[in-house]
Amino acid sequence: MNWFEAIFTAFASPLFYKLTILSALPLIFAGIGGVYSEITGVTNIALEGIMKLGAFIGVAFTFITGNPWLGLLLGMLGGLILSFLHAYVSIEWSANQIVSATALILIAQGFTGFLMRPIFGQEGQTDFVSKIPTVKIEAVQNIPFIGEIFGEISSFFYIAIVVIIGSWFLLYKTPLGLRMRSVGENPRAADTLGVNVKAIRYFGVLMSGILAALGGMYLALGDIGQFQEQMPAGKGFIALAAMILGNWNPIGTMWAALLFGAAEAMNIQLQTLMVLPSEIKALLNLLPFVLTLIVVGGFVGRTRAPAADGVPYEKE
Amino acid sequence: MKSRWISFLVPFLAVMVSLLIAAVIILAIGENPLKAYGAMIRGAVGSRLSWADNITKMTSLLLTGLAVGFGFRAGVFNIGAEGQMAMGGIMAVTVGLSLGNVPSAIAIPLTIVAGMAGGAFWASIAGWLKAKTGAHEVISTIMLNWIAYHITNYLVAGPFAVGAGVPKSPEISQSAQLPSLLTVQASSIPSSILLAIVAAIVIYIILEKTTTGYEVKAVGFNPYAAEYGGISISKNIVLTMAISGALAGLAGALEVMSVHHRIFGAFTSDRGFDGITIALIGQNNPIGIIFAAFLISSLRSGSNAMQTIGVPDDIIVVIQGIIIYFVAADRIIRTWIIKASQLGKKKSPKLLQGGEEE
Repeated sequence: MNWFEAIFTAFASPLFYKLTILSALPLIFAGIGGVYSEITGVTNIALEGIMKLGAFIGVAFTFITGNPWLGLLLGMLGGLILSFLHAYVSIEWSANQIVSATALILIAQGFTGFLMRPIFGQEGQTDFVSKIPTVKIEAVQNIPFIGEIFGEISSFFYIAIVVIIGSWFLLYKTPLGLRMRSVGENPRAADTLGVNVKAIRYFGVLMSGILAALGGMYLALGDIGQFQEQMPAGKGFIALAAMILGNWNPIGTMWAALLFGAAEAMNIQLQTLMVLPSEIKALLNLLPFVLTLIVVGGFVGRTRAPAADGVPYEKE
Repeated sequence: MKSRWISFLVPFLAVMVSLLIAAVIILAIGENPLKAYGAMIRGAVGSRLSWADNITKMTSLLLTGLAVGFGFRAGVFNIGAEGQMAMGGIMAVTVGLSLGNVPSAIAIPLTIVAGMAGGAFWASIAGWLKAKTGAHEVISTIMLNWIAYHITNYLVAGPFAVGAGVPKSPEISQSAQLPSLLTVQASSIPSSILLAIVAAIVIYIILEKTTTGYEVKAVGFNPYAAEYGGISISKNIVLTMAISGALAGLAGALEVMSVHHRIFGAFTSDRGFDGITIALIGQNNPIGIIFAAFLISSLRSGSNAMQTIGVPDDIIVVIQGIIIYFVAADRIIRTWIIKASQLGKKKSPKLLQGGEEE
């Protein structure tokens, strides 16, 4: 099959759209996590590390308890604890948030590597564990084309819908959302109006930890059913790019994540539809990273970060 | 207490505290931390072979540490030393492969310059994006790391591929290889360490004695004031990234010229990231970075020995993470120091405001 045929075949098949959605899931969770944190004024470039630790803890506890849902819950708790470390020094001690987040990435990487042998007796990757089950809906399965995409799909898909709509509602339709945005734009003014800046920022950062861990766990517990050391392979940073392209808005982030997901899906499809030499495969793997570079380079329209993003706030 | 003392004490205490926390973690998996640290020290400086290994590792760590530290001084967070090192290696191999019978006196400098240019170019992309469009250098340099990683994989599986087994490039020509400084049986100390130390001194002189260094520091200290003072921020950001990338590129070139004589996938093995820890421990001071690089290379060479007695070497990454965490939160440590010094005498030094000194 030549390139043109392969690309056309990909676009015409339901599998491409399913892969797009599934590839977008980890970016949606982590990206919206980034929105929570940055909208309250704390940058969190440690999403990559939180995804990794969340995925590992999720798999480890699924391995120990045999229950993937319990693994999922404890993985989210792991993400919460790791992001608390970031929140604590960023909010209480005005730490350099980029440096602190870099520390978290290393801590997550070190811990997962360190605990691999004591728990699983091997390095590189863990044993396979039970996955979070997929959801099958007979009525949908019978619809042509659509049925092949949504008929049977990972539970994480439905969790994502709740997260997207819930986050949009929370941020734009509730008093808490209004406070979060005001703290991210002008913490001094918010403080004067009696908003508890610290508490709101803690909430934002901790939410980013929970959601990024969910994103990591989709890769481990939703997709392949094991943890691998090279996970999440840059997806935490691509999620940040999705957040920027999505203009720090949950719905926008979802669309941006779907765009990155489509690039990934096309990569997977081309590699299965065509017989490609290994060096060409290596080049195709470049696509999502080049796309991200173009996005953060601002070549796809201008976006605006919350004004107080990354700026520590101190009372006088 | 003098502020100079504090800026030395903060990273020192960060290292000590992280070693303590790591000891607790080692205890938790049922190993003896004293035995583990003993093995680590022996592995790092216990024999001639371990010294040779240590100094070989230190060469590239010193340079990536300088690369990150130089960026920090200009307020640029160059997290892309990893990719710049890879590009330096790629350029050094490209040139080193084609030199044939050119005498070493020409071949070696040419290969070095090629490596530095490769790193400088790669870093400049992120610098240019930041200056032109405001793209955050952290995300763009991370992306450039991944792109460089995949380019290396492409080259060693395609155009450069040679032999069977692990995808790798051919060896560069003999004349472009750097000789060893000292060889005793199996242990040899590469001469590249001298070049790395010279680089540290040159960067020190640039920062402390030249107009360029003054401008770089001014932009890092307060970009708005610097611009008001007639210094172009965007020009300085691109220049800083280029110099920073050239240092990381030099690390890649020297690694190729004196250790492997070729490239393969992931030959940078995270040394670009280690550069971040080193720059922070060395407080972005080139001379401090020499010592920090030795510390981290000792931890790295020592961790292999620790592995043999059953403590996974990833504990070193945890230690690095905790060190960075405490350097980020240096106010916590400053507060400890103040409390400790107040226990001694009933004075209250105004150290807390010293967050931005120097």
